[in-house]
Amino acid sequence: MILSVNELAFTYPSHSVLQEINFSICKGNFLAVLGVNGAGKSTLLKCINRVLKPCAGAVFIQNDETGKLSRREIAKRIGYVAQRQESVCMTVYDAVLLGRKPYIQWEASKNDLEITHKALKMLELEEYSLRYLNELSGGEQQKVVIARALAQEPNLLLLDEPTSNLDLKNQLEVVKIIKRVVRNQQIGAVVSMHDLNLAIRFADKFLLLKNGKIFAAGGLEVMTPENIESVYSISVKVKEIDGIPVVVPV
Amino acid sequence: MAVKLKKMEKLKNQTNSNYSINETDIYLRYTGRKKLVLVVLVCLIILVAIVAVNAGSMNLNLYQVIQSILGNGSNVSDVVIWRIRLPRILAAIIAGAGLSVAGCVMQNNLRNPLASPSTLGISNAAAFGANLAIIVFGAGSISSTSTDAVTINNPYMVTVSAFVCSMIATMVILLLARIRSFSPEAMVLSGVALSSLFSAGTILIQYFAQDFQIAAVVFWTFGDLGRIAWPEVFILTCLIGLAFIYFMFKRWDYNALDSGEETAKSLGVNMERVRQGGMLVSSMIAAVAVSFLGIIGFIGLVGPQIMRRIIGGDHRYLIPASALMGSLLLLISDTMARTMVAPVVLPVGAITSFFGAPLFLYLLVRGYQKK
Repeated sequence: MILSVNELAFTYPSHSVLQEINFSICKGNFLAVLGVNGAGKSTLLKCINRVLKPCAGAVFIQNDETGKLSRREIAKRIGYVAQRQESVCMTVYDAVLLGRKPYIQWEASKNDLEITHKALKMLELEEYSLRYLNELSGGEQQKVVIARALAQEPNLLLLDEPTSNLDLKNQLEVVKIIKRVVRNQQIGAVVSMHDLNLAIRFADKFLLLKNGKIFAAGGLEVMTPENIESVYSISVKVKEIDGIPVVVPV
Repeated sequence: MAVKLKKMEKLKNQTNSNYSINETDIYLRYTGRKKLVLVVLVCLIILVAIVAVNAGSMNLNLYQVIQSILGNGSNVSDVVIWRIRLPRILAAIIAGAGLSVAGCVMQNNLRNPLASPSTLGISNAAAFGANLAIIVFGAGSISSTSTDAVTINNPYMVTVSAFVCSMIATMVILLLARIRSFSPEAMVLSGVALSSLFSAGTILIQYFAQDFQIAAVVFWTFGDLGRIAWPEVFILTCLIGLAFIYFMFKRWDYNALDSGEETAKSLGVNMERVRQGGMLVSSMIAAVAVSFLGIIGFIGLVGPQIMRRIIGGDHRYLIPASALMGSLLLLISDTMARTMVAPVVLPVGAITSFFGAPLFLYLLVRGYQKK
């Protein structure tokens, strides 16, 4: 078990965002967190790595409670990609090297540079290494921040809508990369997504959130037209085209 | 640097077919160039310091200066070099570094390119403190000398009062930030509010003051590196040196902060602690520098901004580079202030702006190095 979330709740002073969240994932799991805007997807991700402090409940990463770990220790185990990226004047290499931050004491070691190089290679960013982040396209920037998260050598990846600003080609590419990394390195991924077709095609576990609560959770079997309709308030059909499952609104 | 980067990329493309040249090697060459910029800055400072030690209203030739530095000089040249010029030059180097590095950290911590000791009310608070000491507590008086019409008869009281007031401003901002979990924007705005509060206080005090007191206060506000002697140089060096080491320890945190608060947190940075520490230490060194020397504007804003445009935003290099640029700017400004209409010493605060603003505007128009 890589991640286990028990009775997690998060409340803003004005309203409650998450209640009674329970789920767990194992090595190699790609969990898609689905739900309408404001359902609590981003908040859930931030509560897992304590960017936000949950109001109740506990999160366990490899059986250690995150509340009892230091920020640095959490950063060694959980890589996080925020929904919005700052447009900064920083080279791609520097941005990815930043992923080694939790490990660096005074200066980046040879090992840190090697891991940075590997992460760049994994996302095919080598030729961009000295380009500035704010000169890259949205898809390239997204790859850079994923590479940074991978340079953390995490056991769990949290990705907040990693495909939301990308074109069709980049969407597929980024999700394929995530899938490949999760499978090859046997880590877990919790990915909030809006695109049901990408989710149903690449994820192997699903968490449907509705009004801050889990509406349904499980494998492909929970992605029924009825569940999707209840969560998104639109009727859909789930079909297969050439063996690829697709969700079509009707 | 952009051209050189292109060259490096070209080199890489050429060599790719023959043998693999690692991205890391290219990156290390790239950071090597940043180190080179630091070395160049150090050399420039040494060069200007040599010019500065030879420049002044007392005409000493290079031989006399060297003899004096080596301890073999005449009494007169010893006094000029050891008691006047050297402390002044060191004060410029150290205070310039301190003000500039404080601005660099503030700009990062508050995520605002306009943040500097003056923006946060530190300078105005120090000015208020000086006003309080000179006018209310009577630390200023007139005594005519050949160069200065006004002297301050109790400089330590003025310094302490200026320091206390600027630290009060800092503490109020940090306390508000702590209690109300202030955003960086709110911290900048509360700095502006405090700044105007202190200037209002200054105006009220001055309104009821006598002419000679106002003259003394205005003279203090101008900023003058001639005010400090070896003990003050020693205090400044220790404090700014310690602060510099502290900032260097936090340089990766500052880099992470540039990528956004959420990302920084997810990279293991304790945001609140880093920001509080950074703001406290940077405010403190700015307060000490301003209290000793009077108001020297613009260095804290322009020093880091110039270097950001030359070597980029990586704080591993930006922090030392900002410090060096601050030293260089203040040293050049002070040397110009001393020599332009010698024997009159012009207010160095005005020269820094005269000298720095056009340079900064030029860099702003030209854009970042990458283009």
